[in-house]
Amino acid sequence: MLFALFLTSGLFLGWSLGANDASNIFGTAVGSKMLRFRKAAIIASVFVIIGAVFQGRGTSETLTSLSSVDALGGAFTVSLCAAITVFGMNKNGLPVSTTQAIVGAIIGWSLFTGNTTDLTVLAKIVGSWISSPILGALFGAILFVLLRLILRRLKLHVIKLDSYIRIGLILAGAFGAYSLGANNIGNVMGVFIPSAPDVILNFGLFTLDGTQLLFLLGGLAIALGIFTYSHRVMNTIGNGILSLNSESAIVIVLSQALVLFLFSSSSFADFLHSIGLPALPLVPVSSTQVVIGALLGIGLVKGARELNFKMLGGVALGWILTPVISGIITYFALFFVQNVFKLQVAEVVKETGVTQQIAFPLKPVTNIDLVQPGIIALFVVALIILAIILINQFKLRKKAEDALHAQHEEIYQFRRALNELEISTVQKENELLNTKLEIKRKEFITVAQNISQQKEFLENLADRIEKIPAESELPEAASQSLHDLQAAIRQKMSFTDELSQFYAKVEKLHNDFRMKLETAFPDLTPQEKKLAMLLRLNFSTKEISSLMNISPKSVEISRYRLRKKLKITKGESLTNFINNL
Amino acid sequence: MIPFRRANQSIELIDGFMNTIDQGMLIFKEGVKNYLFGKRENFIDNLRTLSNLETEADLAKRKIEQLLYTQSLMPQLRGDILRLLEDLDDIIDIAKTNLYQFDVEVPFVPAELNQDLIKLSELSCSAVESVIPAARAYFRDPESVKEKIHRVYLFEKEADKLADAIKRRVFQEMPSVNLSEKFHLRYFTLHIENLSDAAERAADLLAIMAIKRTV
Repeated sequence: MLFALFLTSGLFLGWSLGANDASNIFGTAVGSKMLRFRKAAIIASVFVIIGAVFQGRGTSETLTSLSSVDALGGAFTVSLCAAITVFGMNKNGLPVSTTQAIVGAIIGWSLFTGNTTDLTVLAKIVGSWISSPILGALFGAILFVLLRLILRRLKLHVIKLDSYIRIGLILAGAFGAYSLGANNIGNVMGVFIPSAPDVILNFGLFTLDGTQLLFLLGGLAIALGIFTYSHRVMNTIGNGILSLNSESAIVIVLSQALVLFLFSSSSFADFLHSIGLPALPLVPVSSTQVVIGALLGIGLVKGARELNFKMLGGVALGWILTPVISGIITYFALFFVQNVFKLQVAEVVKETGVTQQIAFPLKPVTNIDLVQPGIIALFVVALIILAIILINQFKLRKKAEDALHAQHEEIYQFRRALNELEISTVQKENELLNTKLEIKRKEFITVAQNISQQKEFLENLADRIEKIPAESELPEAASQSLHDLQAAIRQKMSFTDELSQFYAKVEKLHNDFRMKLETAFPDLTPQEKKLAMLLRLNFSTKEISSLMNISPKSVEISRYRLRKKLKITKGESLTNFINNL
Repeated sequence: MIPFRRANQSIELIDGFMNTIDQGMLIFKEGVKNYLFGKRENFIDNLRTLSNLETEADLAKRKIEQLLYTQSLMPQLRGDILRLLEDLDDIIDIAKTNLYQFDVEVPFVPAELNQDLIKLSELSCSAVESVIPAARAYFRDPESVKEKIHRVYLFEKEADKLADAIKRRVFQEMPSVNLSEKFHLRYFTLHIENLSDAAERAADLLAIMAIKRTV
């Protein structure tokens, strides 16, 4: 239980590593949207764990040989201080390497406890801090030149090239993640190796010992860091320092993967040794620094255009600051842990007053056979994956159907709104037309009334003039003048011009009605058509009689004839029939 | 494999799009000739063909656009590529509009200008025809783009010179032509010249795009 509690600091360091270093592998691919984050995170996590479990031992042993942190309290403090350094420096935007943090912390522990630090190992490690960016630059330059040559020779279409690069980025990223896991797991779990459980789990195809189980836990912590925090970093990286063209991106990822692999592969070290070459030390190196090295290598090939001296300065600052800060924090933290919490931070303690002894217990190795449970677990996992895939497909299908439905609904709503708009426009137009029609009708009525009144007035006038010669004896000439005047007035009373203008206007306004009337009832006389038109305008019999220069009685007779011609049955109104025509 | 299938589909569409622009230029040249020599039926036929080609180019452009975005192909380059396709599509749009303007406005062209106008349309089309191989090269061999686009600039410059000469001739040496007809001729000279200007714009864009791909 206490071991699990102390291990949390290592897991925190693993989380920090996953959060920051995964962006070096998939940052460009995700940031440039060539790869979805989820896919990148799954690939990175799986390969980080594989690399950590199956090839993480070499670098961890080197770290342990630097100075063996031999008490759980010490390991906890060392790991926690390294994690705090990494997290804090990252938060403040300072370049940081997990390796340098852990090395600084171990040295801090050695200084505090009075243990000796193996200077040869330290020299190896510090040497790798210098050689790894140089190797990164070398690989970057060589791979870039090679890739450029191949691409020039192949003359691939840019879209096809994009597909190849996409696949290449995934493969290189997977290799990079594997190498990262293999190389950097030592940083995360190296200090806890002496307290690893002495068990061997047999899965049939492979076995895992206590250290590997520890690495598995560390790998899981890195994976958690990748899933929970690296997305933001990847987006920053993809659009920031690594916003390069895709060819350079793939070269950088591959260079980093190769360098990390070389610094963590014991088989390669053996191979170099067997051919008489000095073997590369198996030490954890900083992936960020290798990436910067690769960037510089490519920059040099391109003609030093892309050399960024700020980045170089950043690396140098990281080299110095990280171990120093980490060492100092560890030194003071150990003091607190030992004196305040009364925990043992090393087996041999200089100072007295230690109250609690937590040394690594020596237990017999327990062999656990997990072949059968492993198969069952695999089967269950496969089933779960299958179920997830099926559910995802169902969700996708449903989402597509919903989207289609929403689209249809939207189109339907738009159409409905459009129809309503059209209808309201038409209604408004109709209202407007009706208003205009009403105004016109009123105008016509006014004209008709005017004519009618004038006619009445003139009629009176003519009657009175007619009576003058009979009532008074007038000379012959005066009587003749009065007669002429009366004739002129009676001639004017017909209002021929005004009436023909009036009818012309009415016909124009009710052209449709006239056409319909003529088509439906071709045998109507012009007088009857005029009557129908006046009835449509709602004129009274009296007004019609003046307008048509006939007596009201004649109007009635004309109406009767019109009813017959229009074949209107008894009980039906003539005016209604005309208005509905 | 699905990514390669999509890639091949996009490549085919882009190649088809370029072919359409190329064919459009041949039809445009024929159309101008047929108009100038009074072959009305042939001209109408050219107009119809060019209009179809323009629609085809539009459709292809939209499909490419859709594929590049929905399949997330070339996230870093697709903006530039789509702009290039826009510029190339503009060229065939201009060509179609020009022929339509001939059809609608029926400009009066004095017979002595026929040869000059034919030459002008040929120079403008040559500028376009030179930008198409450069655009194709961008996709496979960006380093050779530069050596291809210099022809575009040459043809554009020649087209400019000839257009100026035509305008000068119309306004200074043809007193019998009405001023309104002179203005009309000036606009048609400009319309044809616009093709080479559009080709130049595409060439400028290509030059920058090629640099971006090679650095």
